[in-house]
Amino acid sequence: MPAEDKYAYPPADERTYVGRRMGRVDGTAKSTGHAKYTYDYNAKGLLYGAFVRSPYAHARIKNINTSEAEKMSGVKAVEIVQKPGSEIYWAGDEVVAIAAVDEPTVRDAVRAVKVDYEQLPHLVIDSEEPPHNIPPDTSPLGLDDLEDMARNQVPTAQMVKEINERGITFKPEEAPLDRMPADIAKAVKSAKQKPAEKKPPAWYKPAAAETQGDADAAFQAPEVVISEGLYGLPVITHCCLETHGAVCEWTDSDHLLTHVSTQYISGIPGQMAEVVGIPAANIRQVQENIGGGFGSKFGPDRWGIYSAKLSKKAGGAPVKMMLSRAEELEVAGCRPSAYARVRVAAKKDGKLTAWDSFGWGTGGPGGGGSPPIPYLIRDRVPNYRIQWTAVVNNIGPARAWRAPNHPQACLITMAALDDLAHKLGMNPLEFFKKNIELTGPRANIYMDEFPVADELMGWSKRWHPRGDKTPGPIKRGLGMSMHTWGGRGHQSECDLTIQPDGSVTIKMGTQDLGTGTRTAILAVAADTLGLTPQQITLLYGDTRYPMSGGSGGSTTIGGVSSATRRASVDARDALFLKVAPVLGSTPEQLEVVKGQVRVKGQASKALSWKEACAKMGAVPINAHGKNLGGRDPLMNSGVGGVQMADVSVDTEAGIVKINKMVAVQDCGLVVSLETAESQCYGALIMGISYALFEEKVMDPTSGRMLNPNMEFYRLAGIGDIGELVVHMMVNKYDGRGVIGLGEPPVISPGAAISNAVANAIGVRVPMLPLTPARVLAALGEQKGENA
Amino acid sequence: MIQFEYLSPSSVKQALGLLSPNWGDTEVLAGGTDLLGLMKDFVLTPKRVVNIKHVSGLEAIRSEGDGGARIGALVTLDRIVEAAHIRQNYPALAQTVADAASTQIRNMATIGGNLCQRPRCWYFRNGMGLLPKTPDGKSMVVEGDNRYHAIFGNEGPAYFVSPSTIVPLLIAYGARLRIAGADGERELALEKFFRIPGSDAEREHDLKPNELVTEILLPSAKGVRAANYEVRQKASFDWPLATAAVALRMNGSAVESARIVMGAVAPVPWVSQEAAQAIANKTINEQTASAAGAAAVSKARSLSHNNYKVKLAAVAVKRALLVAVGQTVPDLSTAQRGGGA
Ligand SMILES: Cc1cc2nc3c(=O)[nH]c(=O)nc-3n(C[C@H](O)[C@H](O)[C@H](O)COP(=O)(O)OP(=O)(O)OC[C@H]3O[C@@H](n4cnc5c(N)ncnc54)[C@H](O)[C@@H]3O)c2cc1C
Repeated sequence: MPAEDKYAYPPADERTYVGRRMGRVDGTAKSTGHAKYTYDYNAKGLLYGAFVRSPYAHARIKNINTSEAEKMSGVKAVEIVQKPGSEIYWAGDEVVAIAAVDEPTVRDAVRAVKVDYEQLPHLVIDSEEPPHNIPPDTSPLGLDDLEDMARNQVPTAQMVKEINERGITFKPEEAPLDRMPADIAKAVKSAKQKPAEKKPPAWYKPAAAETQGDADAAFQAPEVVISEGLYGLPVITHCCLETHGAVCEWTDSDHLLTHVSTQYISGIPGQMAEVVGIPAANIRQVQENIGGGFGSKFGPDRWGIYSAKLSKKAGGAPVKMMLSRAEELEVAGCRPSAYARVRVAAKKDGKLTAWDSFGWGTGGPGGGGSPPIPYLIRDRVPNYRIQWTAVVNNIGPARAWRAPNHPQACLITMAALDDLAHKLGMNPLEFFKKNIELTGPRANIYMDEFPVADELMGWSKRWHPRGDKTPGPIKRGLGMSMHTWGGRGHQSECDLTIQPDGSVTIKMGTQDLGTGTRTAILAVAADTLGLTPQQITLLYGDTRYPMSGGSGGSTTIGGVSSATRRASVDARDALFLKVAPVLGSTPEQLEVVKGQVRVKGQASKALSWKEACAKMGAVPINAHGKNLGGRDPLMNSGVGGVQMADVSVDTEAGIVKINKMVAVQDCGLVVSLETAESQCYGALIMGISYALFEEKVMDPTSGRMLNPNMEFYRLAGIGDIGELVVHMMVNKYDGRGVIGLGEPPVISPGAAISNAVANAIGVRVPMLPLTPARVLAALGEQKGENA
Repeated sequence: MIQFEYLSPSSVKQALGLLSPNWGDTEVLAGGTDLLGLMKDFVLTPKRVVNIKHVSGLEAIRSEGDGGARIGALVTLDRIVEAAHIRQNYPALAQTVADAASTQIRNMATIGGNLCQRPRCWYFRNGMGLLPKTPDGKSMVVEGDNRYHAIFGNEGPAYFVSPSTIVPLLIAYGARLRIAGADGERELALEKFFRIPGSDAEREHDLKPNELVTEILLPSAKGVRAANYEVRQKASFDWPLATAAVALRMNGSAVESARIVMGAVAPVPWVSQEAAQAIANKTINEQTASAAGAAAVSKARSLSHNNYKVKLAAVAVKRALLVAVGQTVPDLSTAQRGGGA
């Protein structure tokens, strides 16, 4: 048999766990409180760390005086994070780090540090439309500019284009080329070197307009229907249930043990080595569980680095630096905002012809990348002009937020298209079907999913044109949206050992973000070895185990499942080799079924797993699995999902209530059905939260966040989510291999809900979150009130 | 941690003796659900904390012969919800208290603390002051994000809103308050207890720093139809955007007298004579209730970001009136079950 085929998954009816509903293996530990998180590391002699933070959104540090704090009894270490002269770009940025014997002491010490600042002008508001006539910046790029772009998730293609066009002010060898995406490193190496230009600081960074076809002509064409609108979503935070943080300790003078709350266990040593001054090989990162990351926990961050530095100063004692809820919301990550004025045109039959948008948004001090609008159809819409201006402001640093830039692009696009469908007098479902070719390679998946969603929501039976005619103030409506995401598996490796007594151990340096990674790994291994998940011990969450990529971009499931499958198949085949002679057969003729090793189809020629393993002799079998990256047929990229929302709106009070959400989702071969469904449930809840509640509210005068708490930074509660229905496209696209799922289902809820509200009340509420203030303003405008 | 002295007196008299005549020096600690958060955030930094939970005589709910009630200041919100006398005679109160905060907080929070709780204004809670000012002396609230701020009584310098969701209904019922101080006890109407502070050194009520709230007196509510309506964005555990409490005495189907009190709209609970007049001698129905709502907000004045609250306050008044006379009001929680889209 060809070498690759032996790793292929068997068909669905021959699997016991893969693609089926199997309880979360760590469910009991989590629900009973036995699961350990970074917050739970309370070693003896633990010190508590905390930061002195800037109260100003934009300032220069003039002077720092830590002498009072250093004198306080119980204070064990003080480290300056940003020296006098440094410029601060957001309120709450770290200035000094302190460790002390307990929390009250460290908090007192923080308050005892005196920092003088020179206040500089700040901007924290971003929803106002920037001027249209600012010329794009064509000056050569510095290293800082590139870092800003990377931090703000500017797409690689855009970065390459800018590097090519603008040139660079540094020597390529000064850049961390090995840490850059290959295309960018290549562009840097071949870029023109130019002298740096002195640029005045600017709040706005417009990008050059991107065009295709002739948008102006398309809008002027006879017989086109044009819809115009303003759409947007503000900056929101990640609000991880377990706040960001770390516990670090020096186990001897040159070995560091870290417990960073992270999405990237294998990557922590490499990111810390240089700053703490020891080889990465001397750093061990351990994390059993993480209480949410959503894209904001890839690096050690200042809390990781300074817990290590403070620990060193304090003689190696463990230092715990966990952010408070307020710090979490103020400094641990923003999802960039996005707003756009959009014009779209279609022929009378509903065929989309043109898109024109002027958009803006902020990713904090670096400005930010532009969301991929028009979403899903960009490559194929015949005519477009897309303008984008990044707002450089002091709202806080952007971090990747579950499906970076996609929820924003999806809202702006799907709301604009829904408005166009309304203008055309079309049911949005028909409109999307009419234009499905524009979505490209996933068109067939959406077409498969539409009827499923339709059925589950009762869309065709219940949909009405915009504006519920039911008397009374409560109006009900339906809305829909669709999305895609890449999600090819990351590099990942797996050690699997079968002992002569039949026990099986898997070692992987991966992390389970709560997505069900552990359950999925065990499902794959158990199926391949014909065992139950309970018969396999999974060791994970430690840099002593084989490397695994960061859990970002929905890359984990593809990466770990392929590595596990490969290790399991190889180990199993090695066992067959030993057992075949005993069964009087050949290795190719053997199979594992329900704890037995037997000759294919012959129940009489069988050994129990334990008996079979006993034939190994004294030497365990060890197999190392490693996925093949881009050419691995066990994993793939590109999913399709369709979502529908059913909402009721109290039009007197402006309150939106979710009645029901339907998520129909593809992710190629589903590995663990129940945890896959859970991903979608979680994403719907997160989506409802950003659709209805979440907003980082900033005070224009002080430049500070006004709602760094969970009282006014609202998240959906159980009473706010309605009925959630998830349908995974199981056993339909198995041949495509395993594709990531963590991010895609969170992309559509904002758009689907916004569209449902428009369908209910007859008017678009332009901006998320859909608060009573915004809903009433939209209704007031419809009635011609000056709201 | 800022050091403070912690004392647990066992009588009102002892407690009073421990309280300073200046605001800020000492704070009274009851359930602590409000005070402790403010202290942890250094918004309040008292030198002495006087725990009154062991003070005797403040933890009873007593029924009066005429059906009235007396509620001691230390009675927890949870006990009010559970009390048979309250459920029978003040069902709207039992319901309103049950809707406040969360189970955990209701188990700790006292009714005395509820009356004296500090505003939830985000400028105040973030340590920028009760009446926060910009460097050039303007109000940070007026210049800034005032989406949750006052639409009445907002001539300045105060713009926060009175936070309790329970107080408006107590005022509508005609509650009175007993207060103990060095010079003995005094009694006043609950609505007179709340004041708009003129400076950061003042508080939102009439209490002197060395006085204690001891008891709430509820007149008999026989023949009273009362209701409280809260407009909240979230289904539960959320601060309302506007509330209205009404207590009506009826003459047949017509309103003989009405007390209508709005919450979360002004630095103090806002008693609306306009709304009460609008429904005097009228039967309550959709039209009259709407008119009362409109009258209630006729003198509202919005700030830059809170115009919507004017509409919400009117809706709250309208719906509270309809609920009080047993009519149904739009309810989003039932939409989920019935009706077609
Ligand atoms: C998350 C959350 C949600 C909430 N939701 C609601 C809600 O929906 N509706 C609502 O009405 N409230 C709500 N609250 C507020 C809550 O009801 C109050 O915090 C509580 O009632 C205060 O009572 P306490 O006994 O805990 O007071 P403490 O915190 O002990 O004291 C509060 C204040 O009152 C003073 N004080 C207390 N007792 C006396 C007394 N007898 N005499 C003089 N001064 C006194 C204290 O000095 C202090 O200033 C919420 C609070 C939280 C934290």
